[in-house]
Amino acid sequence: MRAKLISITAALALIFAAALLHARAGGGTISGKVTYEGTPAKPKPIDMSKEPSCAKQHATPITTETVVTGPGNSLENVVVYISAGAPDDAAPSEPATFDQKGCQYIPHVLAFQVNQPLKVINDDQTSHNIHPLAKVNREWNKSQPPGTPPIVDKYDKPEFIPVKCNVHPWMHGTFAVLKNSHHAISGQDGGFSLPNLPAGKYTVTGWHESYGEQTQEVTISGSETKTVNFVFKAKPY
Amino acid sequence: MGKLFGVVLAIIAILSAYPIVAHWYVQPVDISTHGHAIDEQLADTMAEAGLSFLGAQLLLAFFVWRFSQRKPGSRVWNIPGGATLMVAAAFILVGTEILALGVLGQKAWANVYFTPPKPDAMQIQSQAGQFAFYFRYPGVDGKFGPLHPDKIDEGNSNFFGLDPANDVESRDDIVSAELDVPVNREIQLLMHAKDVGHSFYVRELRIQQDFVPGLDLAVHFTPTQTGKYEIVCTQLCGLGHYNMKAYLNVLSQEDFDKWMKQKISEQ
Repeated sequence: MRAKLISITAALALIFAAALLHARAGGGTISGKVTYEGTPAKPKPIDMSKEPSCAKQHATPITTETVVTGPGNSLENVVVYISAGAPDDAAPSEPATFDQKGCQYIPHVLAFQVNQPLKVINDDQTSHNIHPLAKVNREWNKSQPPGTPPIVDKYDKPEFIPVKCNVHPWMHGTFAVLKNSHHAISGQDGGFSLPNLPAGKYTVTGWHESYGEQTQEVTISGSETKTVNFVFKAKPY
Repeated sequence: MGKLFGVVLAIIAILSAYPIVAHWYVQPVDISTHGHAIDEQLADTMAEAGLSFLGAQLLLAFFVWRFSQRKPGSRVWNIPGGATLMVAAAFILVGTEILALGVLGQKAWANVYFTPPKPDAMQIQSQAGQFAFYFRYPGVDGKFGPLHPDKIDEGNSNFFGLDPANDVESRDDIVSAELDVPVNREIQLLMHAKDVGHSFYVRELRIQQDFVPGLDLAVHFTPTQTGKYEIVCTQLCGLGHYNMKAYLNVLSQEDFDKWMKQKISEQ
C-alpha cells in the first residue's frame, strides 16, 4: 500500500515537472543587442596603490566600469527586463552572488528578484564596507573583514540600487532588484536574451547606469523569437 | 630602607632622563628644507623636558633620603604664604618655560605658516575624503577648474566633482591617488576636505596639517630626497580611518616629467 502511494506520488511529480518544463520551453523569446551612438567617455585607470593586496591582483590597472563598451559600438552592463506585461514571479531560492575581489565588484551590475537571497562575499585580504544606497528599500551598511562569512540579505521592493564601498572610494556597482525572472544583462557583445515568455504584450526596458533607460513594446505569440535592439546616446563627459 | 628608596629613585630618574637629554632617540630621515628647524625644536623641547623631569625626581629623591626617618616630636614646616604662593610660583615657572619654547620655536613655525611660498611653487590640490586622499594637478593650462560637489561621481573616478562638459579649465586637470612631486621644487599643497576632518601627515616631511571641512588651508614644502614615503591620515575620521593612506613619490625632474606625460595620455 505504502509503496503504491510513493510510486503514484512520484509519477504525478514527474508529470507535473514535465508539464512545467514544456510550458517554459515552449514560450517565446526576446533577444537583441545594445549599442551606443556618439562618443563615450574614455575609461579611466583606477589607482589602488593605497590597498597593495588588491593592487597586486591586477597586472594592469583595471578601469572605471560606469561605461563599458565592446567592438561594434556594443554596450555592456545594460539591464534588460520586462517592466510591464509579465506577472510577478515567486523569488528563486538560489542566491544572487556579489563578489568583492581585487577591490572590484564582480559582477559590476547584479540583477536579481525581489525577495531573492543576496549573498555578498569578500574574497580579499582587506576589509570592505558594503553600502547599497537604497532609497525605496531599507538602507544598510555593513563592514566585512577578510575571512568573515558572506553577508546574506534580501530586498522586498523593486529598485535600482547604487552600491559603494565605504573604505575604497573607487568601488561602485549596482543592484537591479526586479519583480520577475525575465531579466538579462547585456554581455561583451551587447547581446541579451529573455527566453520562456508566454504569449502576451510586454514592455521591455533597457537600463544603463550612466545613460538612463529606454522602453519598447513587444507582442509575443507562441514560441517565436522577436528581436529588440536598444541604442543609447553616449556622452563624452 | 627610606634612604635606599631615595637612591633607587635617583638612579631610575638619571637612567630615564639621560637618553632623552643626550638625544639617543632615532628620528626618521628628514627630506624637507624646513625639517631641521622642527627637529632642533623637538630636541630642545625633549632636553628641556628631560632636565625638568630629572630635577623634579632628584628633588623628590633628596626629600625621601632626608626625611624618611622623622624623629619623634619633630614638626612639619610649611612654606609661608601657603598654597597661593606655590600656585603663583608654578604658574610663573611653567609660563616661562612655555614662553621660552615658543620664542625659540617661532622661527620653525613661521617658516611653514607665516612665510608665503615662492611665486613659482607648484600648486597641487589635495582632497581628503572617507577614506582616501586624491591629488589634482592643474594640467597643461596651469589652471584648476571649479569644483561642483554635486558632480562627485566616485564610480567614474570623478572624486573632486569636476564638470569637464561645461568647464574648459577642468578638462586637462589631472587627478591621482598618489602625490608625485619633483625633487627640490617647492610645492604648495591646497587642502580641501570632502566630508569630515582629516589630516595630512608625512613624518619624513615633518608636516602634519589638518583638513577642515569648509576651510581651504594650504601648506608648502620643498622635498630634498627622492623616494617613496607614506602619507597617513592622523585625524580619526571614521570606520576606515586606519586604512586611509596614500604615497608621496618624490621623483627626479626627468621621472616626474615622464609620469606627468603618462597621466596626460590617460586623460
